[in-house]
Amino acid sequence: MDIQSCVEVRNEWDIVSARQLGRNMAKELGFGNVDQARITTAISELARNIYLYAGNGKICIQPIDQLGKKGLKIIALDSGPGIRDIRRVMEDGYTTSGGLGAGLPGVKRLMDEFSIESTVDVGTEINATKWLR
Amino acid sequence: MRIPILKLHEYLLITIQVELDDQTALQFQEDLLSKIHDTGAKGVVIDLTSVDMIDSFIAKVLGDVVRMSKLMGAQVVLTGIQPAVAITLIDLGISMREVPTALDLEQGLDKLRLELEG
Repeated sequence: MDIQSCVEVRNEWDIVSARQLGRNMAKELGFGNVDQARITTAISELARNIYLYAGNGKICIQPIDQLGKKGLKIIALDSGPGIRDIRRVMEDGYTTSGGLGAGLPGVKRLMDEFSIESTVDVGTEINATKWLR
Repeated sequence: MRIPILKLHEYLLITIQVELDDQTALQFQEDLLSKIHDTGAKGVVIDLTSVDMIDSFIAKVLGDVVRMSKLMGAQVVLTGIQPAVAITLIDLGISMREVPTALDLEQGLDKLRLELEG
């Protein structure tokens, strides 16, 4: 069961589409109210990062089932400028946009698993998973 | 999309019942400030009961509009923040510490009345 649904992120309205997709999928998988809000918010932050820093990219959402452990994975992909100093962007309070976007540490706290890979001038891929409790 | 702003005596009441995109949020900011200017309202309640997600951008817009209104002489209270939204905001690292809040519309109006009359 790994049917991925993706939303292209090119403008502000795509941010809304991405989080609506996330909320619907989270609801369908049986996530509670609070986790639905966490997932939706994480998607919103990741989609906004794509829109602000990369210009365009996509958000993919995928239900996962690992030996009966169910969850939802968010994949944020862009071919933007990449992140030069990943350690730095993972520090609370670090921003290059003047406070738009709570940043990646916030997303990491909202989700259960978080990984980031970025190559300067190539792009960034962020994976974040929430497990169904 | 425009968010309706209602006038009730010296107060303005807003209940946000749409999914907020960035443009709608920014438009609302401008609309509210103009309405404060036009009506001379002293107090504003923004009710968030139907809002199921607040991300860092919407939080910033809301926090900003509270401070902007204060500059103009109007006091703003945010009401009805849902449990899931409160949890998510704190997870994100957004405390909205300087923003006055109340449980619901009724308590929001009480809070404004106390501050404006007291």
